[in-house]
Amino acid sequence: MAAAETHNTGGIGKDVAIYVLLLILAGIQFVIAYQDITASQMFVRMLSVAIIEGGIALLFFMHLSKNHGLMWFVVIFTVAVLLGLQYGWTDSYRLLDGVRWSH
Amino acid sequence: MSQADLSIHGQVSRTGATEIMTAPTFSVPAKKMAMWLFIIADTATFAGCLVAYGFIRNATPDWPRPFHGAAEIANIAIMTFILLTSSLTMLIGIRSAEKDDKAGAFRWMIITAVLGILFAVLHIREWLGMIGEGATLFHNPWGTPLFSSTFFSITGLHLLHVTGGVIALIAVAIRYQGGRYNADDIEVTGLYWHFVDLVWMFVVPLIYLMNLSH
Repeated sequence: MAAAETHNTGGIGKDVAIYVLLLILAGIQFVIAYQDITASQMFVRMLSVAIIEGGIALLFFMHLSKNHGLMWFVVIFTVAVLLGLQYGWTDSYRLLDGVRWSH
Repeated sequence: MSQADLSIHGQVSRTGATEIMTAPTFSVPAKKMAMWLFIIADTATFAGCLVAYGFIRNATPDWPRPFHGAAEIANIAIMTFILLTSSLTMLIGIRSAEKDDKAGAFRWMIITAVLGILFAVLHIREWLGMIGEGATLFHNPWGTPLFSSTFFSITGLHLLHVTGGVIALIAVAIRYQGGRYNADDIEVTGLYWHFVDLVWMFVVPLIYLMNLSH
């Protein structure tokens, strides 16, 4: 196996800065949890912050930003799977309200 | 095999076609690529669980919101802090390994593993508290049993990953110190640990914070 790839750009200072940024984003999620908003609004805000957190962790902690080919492979594959999982959402509303045309 | 044969084979192995065939995918070593493929597959597993949870929650009227006490919220915040911090210590371990600082890499990996154990202990303590209130996989004192089923399944799957990660961290650290593993192996283990952290970033808001009662 080849020698380890080095990730020296930025050094430990950059890692600590990203760590602090992730802590702040996690804190924002706790603030959102106490906001007086609807469940769907909260879901959108929580998920948005989580996606930003995940993206930062992928790019800088997992060093995907250093390898664009691998980054696109991971992103395209993962997004395709996530989109494929969305097909059933409408059915969850049917369980609540019944089939609309049956009323 | 004669010296002449060796030189012929040497020339053949240096041809462009052979180099293309042996070049690693995306210039990533095989072990690291295997870990990325595992991470992609595991992402699908967790995404499937979280989407199923969202589906059930959306389709269930009067979904319970059992998390309310300051101690419960503090516990979730501390668990998040510990896991995020463990990602930083893992990164420091990887950087130490890249600099051939064996003692430093070993020390930071063990610190990461200890943080993982601490996370698991807090998680189990939280579980025991909920079980003490009557929540099980098939029973939920606050309403629909589906809440407990999804909660224990998803957080349990994550806890299983943390436990596996702690074992892997300790095993790789010991083998690295013994000279059997190199910095690449530390980095591959780090990828897994960061992934466990990444999943928690989605579990906390969707499973815990969306179920806070005000």
